[in-house]
Amino acid sequence: MNRRPFDPRLLRRVPAARRDLALLALLGVLAAGLVVAQATALAVLLATAFTGQLDRVALAGFVAAVAARALVVWAQGVAAARVAATVKAALRADLLGAVARHGPGWVAGQRAGQLATLAGRGLDALDAYFTGYLPQLVLSVTVPVAVLGRVFLADWSSAVIIALTLPLIPIFGALLGWQAQAATERQWRRLSLLGGHFLDMVAGLPTLRAFGRARAQTDAVRRMADGHRLATMKTLRIAFLSALVLELVATLSVALVAVPVGIRLLDGGLALQTALLVLLLTPEAYLPLRTAGSRFHASMEGLTALDEALTLSGSAPDPTTRVGALPDGRGEIRFESVTVAYERTTALRDVTLTIRPGERIAVIGPSGAGKSTLLGLLLGFVTPTAGRVTVGGIDLADADLDGWRRQVAWVPQRAHLFAASLADNIRLGTPDAPPAEVATAVHAAALDDVVAALPDGLDTLLGERGHGLSSGQRQRVALARAFLRDAPVVLLDEPTARLDAAAETAVLSATRRLVAGRTALLVAHRPALLRDADRILRISDGRVTELTPVRAGEAR
Amino acid sequence: MNAGAARSPELTVLRLARPYLKRLVGAGLLAAATELAGLALMATATWLLMTAAGQPPLDRLTVAIVAVRALAVSRGVLRYTERLAGHDAVLRLITDVRARVFGALAVRRGAPPRSGDALSRLVSDVEAVQDLLLRVVVPAAAAGLVSVLAVGLTVLISPPAALALAAGLLVAGVALPALATALTRRAAAEVAPLRGALAVDAVDLTHGAADLAAFGATASALATARQRAQRLARLERRLAALGFAIDAAGVLVAGATAGAVVFVALGAGVHGVLVGVLAVGALAAVEIALALVGAARQWTGLRSGLTRVAQLLEAVPDTDPGTEPAAPAGREADTGPAGGVVPAETRDAREAVAACAVRFDGVTVRYRPGAPAALDEFDLDVPAGRRVAVVGPSGAGKSTLAAVLTGAVPPDAGRVILDGRDVSGYPPDELPRLVGGLLAEAYVFHATVRDNVLLGRPGADEDALAAAVTAAGLADWIAAQPDGWNTVVGEEGGQLSGGQRQRLALARALLAAPGVLVLDEPTEGLDPSAADEVLASTLAATPATHSVLLITHRLNGLAEFDEVVVVDAGRVVQRGRHAELIAAPGWYRDQWVLQEAAEHGYLALSG
Repeated sequence: MNRRPFDPRLLRRVPAARRDLALLALLGVLAAGLVVAQATALAVLLATAFTGQLDRVALAGFVAAVAARALVVWAQGVAAARVAATVKAALRADLLGAVARHGPGWVAGQRAGQLATLAGRGLDALDAYFTGYLPQLVLSVTVPVAVLGRVFLADWSSAVIIALTLPLIPIFGALLGWQAQAATERQWRRLSLLGGHFLDMVAGLPTLRAFGRARAQTDAVRRMADGHRLATMKTLRIAFLSALVLELVATLSVALVAVPVGIRLLDGGLALQTALLVLLLTPEAYLPLRTAGSRFHASMEGLTALDEALTLSGSAPDPTTRVGALPDGRGEIRFESVTVAYERTTALRDVTLTIRPGERIAVIGPSGAGKSTLLGLLLGFVTPTAGRVTVGGIDLADADLDGWRRQVAWVPQRAHLFAASLADNIRLGTPDAPPAEVATAVHAAALDDVVAALPDGLDTLLGERGHGLSSGQRQRVALARAFLRDAPVVLLDEPTARLDAAAETAVLSATRRLVAGRTALLVAHRPALLRDADRILRISDGRVTELTPVRAGEAR
Repeated sequence: MNAGAARSPELTVLRLARPYLKRLVGAGLLAAATELAGLALMATATWLLMTAAGQPPLDRLTVAIVAVRALAVSRGVLRYTERLAGHDAVLRLITDVRARVFGALAVRRGAPPRSGDALSRLVSDVEAVQDLLLRVVVPAAAAGLVSVLAVGLTVLISPPAALALAAGLLVAGVALPALATALTRRAAAEVAPLRGALAVDAVDLTHGAADLAAFGATASALATARQRAQRLARLERRLAALGFAIDAAGVLVAGATAGAVVFVALGAGVHGVLVGVLAVGALAAVEIALALVGAARQWTGLRSGLTRVAQLLEAVPDTDPGTEPAAPAGREADTGPAGGVVPAETRDAREAVAACAVRFDGVTVRYRPGAPAALDEFDLDVPAGRRVAVVGPSGAGKSTLAAVLTGAVPPDAGRVILDGRDVSGYPPDELPRLVGGLLAEAYVFHATVRDNVLLGRPGADEDALAAAVTAAGLADWIAAQPDGWNTVVGEEGGQLSGGQRQRLALARALLAAPGVLVLDEPTEGLDPSAADEVLASTLAATPATHSVLLITHRLNGLAEFDEVVVVDAGRVVQRGRHAELIAAPGWYRDQWVLQEAAEHGYLALSG
């Protein structure tokens, strides 16, 4: 884990942010100068006021310094927000681009959820880091330096006190630990998240209800939440203790500076103006350090998101537009001793298989046996660990994948529908398809009644992940996609899974129309699909065996 | 929502704070004292220096010197005490809020939020209550109090200067926070749709990566998402220019107020030393008041969460015992992960109930008006002691059957008669003794194995426990764990494999031993041979007088059942014994043939 307050990879990976980051540093220097200027003007103003007179020049200087400081605060905020926006946009594009470069095999499963969250809302945590923490971090360097320098010029003995106490803040910070404090706070968050298993209990409510314990459990929730309160308070006492020490260092230093300075004033050994300047500047030296420290926790989330994003997108291979040979979809498809090993399992073992053009092949087998891997190989989502897959004699590993995929229509087990119009979902592979062709595909996929029932027909916007359509309807949308593709090779992955009998009938007849006259590989789990197969393959434990074609399902 | 909805969510939530009012007021006062100590430290130090410049005798300064040192120490100590007191009060309140929210969810019929998103939102919504008090109410009250005190003290020195200070404080503590609220709200409204759209883009590009790649549409989808990210960035940059103008205005107000106070006080002939004190004090006071800007921004972000919590809380009647303060602290302050799912005092040594009969009588369930019926005038008779299996394609209505039977879903038409009485007539706590078991969303709690199984029948003895886990095939696993029965299964049962989870839930159902045992896919996640074994031992462990309703998609092991019912589209399409069904054409035989083929590697047709 990267826990440095600034990730240097950022400069390399988001060059567009460099200028604003430099501006932020420059503004930090400017702000420090203005802190000194403001205090100097105020000290002069008050020293003159001591004699009952108004120093108009000092007043004007003070107001001018304040105005300039306001302007710098604004500029700092704007620059920081610009950095945040630039970095977020760049990282989002990088992350999503990494998905495209790695291919769907990489993004499957949990990683998809992590990426979607990170590229979606996760990166917004960077706002707090860039606008809250980073400018303070800059100030915590520039302001103490400026203040020390100015106080040293005015009264070196006070400067010595500040110089000796100032390091106590980072030292105590490290000792008691901003890190440790952040960890405690994180733990506290987690504790309160569990909040006496509050989440656990709410998630398990249906089960509690099923056993008649839901009401009885309310007391348990209260008791456990109370227990957690006590445990939480214990950890908080320690966490707050570090804050107490840091606060004490800052306020005691003011007292340490003010009292000797006051006594030296009594002796006439010091000008009032100098004394006031020292007093006004002393707390300013500690302030940015403490603010940065207190915002460290909030920024951690942002830093974590940044680290994740840079790591995830950084590992993406360079975009390679392969200009390999273009396989002919009407050629013979051969698996030659193909083995596919994933991290923990071997999906296919030494599979040799020939699919002749126009053949319809059904694949059956228990779930997890490697059926989907077989299709993944043909789509180029999965690369063989050993052996090769060829189409018309061309190895898919060196082929022009985009060109090859244009000759393949794929109906996955659970097609992803996009938050776009129904028509756009069907036109996924052919965005320029004329309406007439879309209508034909809709008809062929038995989707007419679905379209008719939608408020805006084909122009109806689907919700996120196709929300609003049933499984059977989604499956027919996927079929319509495949029809519109009009490709020589068709791959179907359990197209009738999770459908009721009526929907199954509709999808089955559409499937039959689709595979007619094409090379087809159907992963089947219903006998009805086997009826039209020329050959039936069974995959079990990664091995493929061929079954004698029995006219299954057509009894008697 | 009723009339209560008109009340602001903050009031609804704060009403719950009544028992802790003293503690909260204490925390607020301590917070004010902390700020005041900081202000007084600077003011006293200024007085000390300016008085010393007049070279009076040392003893005139003694009090100020002591005061400066005392204030310097007390500020840190006060802050520490304030944070502890505030967190203590708020955590007590949160305990109440959690209990009440849980109570509200427990009495509400219908499912609780199911998705992980909605669940964690519920938790963060409750946290919004915490943030409202700790980051908005307490700091705002403290800032208000300090402002009033500062103006009051200034009046004693110079009323015109007090006027200038009051004006500055009003701008810093009222006008700017109001402006910040409005701006934050507007910015959120402008940004939210774009952020939402971008989140959808991210989902489409990741979860739909395979579809996009297969259809060659990745590049265009990526371009769209990039454009949207750029648009969002442009909008955020534009909004920042406005938002940070408020912070800049804050700096300006602080300085201007101090300048004005000096100008006015000198004009009014205030003594030079006091002019200095007033100027430094004014600067510090306005800084404190500016904390309200941050509080206002925070508050804006909390509102939607607070509204949702308030709506839940409004749903609970006020007579709920949850309004009382928490149980005495310290009692059973068990903070370990195994906090105990089963509270000791509610353990009852329930006796196994006698058998009872179930009849579905024309039951129709429609989840949405206009949607196809999940159950369509469904009839089924399960006399006491009968073993019935319900099979059929996914979405045929099998799980709805279980939901109606256990009272989780009320039928739209028809009725379910359990032991001579309509299911809806049973009180919700009594029904589970008669009917229950392993339902679709069996949940494994973050607790010990023992507690998780005991949930079925709190108070069950060791023998009953052992018998239940043995029948479910979990006994060997428990014996192999170093902590045995006290093994804590992780959050959401994460330490268990899918198969072990299922066995644990099954053991719980067997321990409960209701008169009608409902098993919804009890062998899901088990490999075929384990599934057969577990099903057989489960049936053997169920008393012969109890009925069993098995819902399954696996057709193995059904030969022993008294009746197998094939359901499709909410209706019974076939019924009979296993042997009869595989002899006749239809869904059952097709499915049987294919399952046999997939599991054993042959295609064989009987009959």
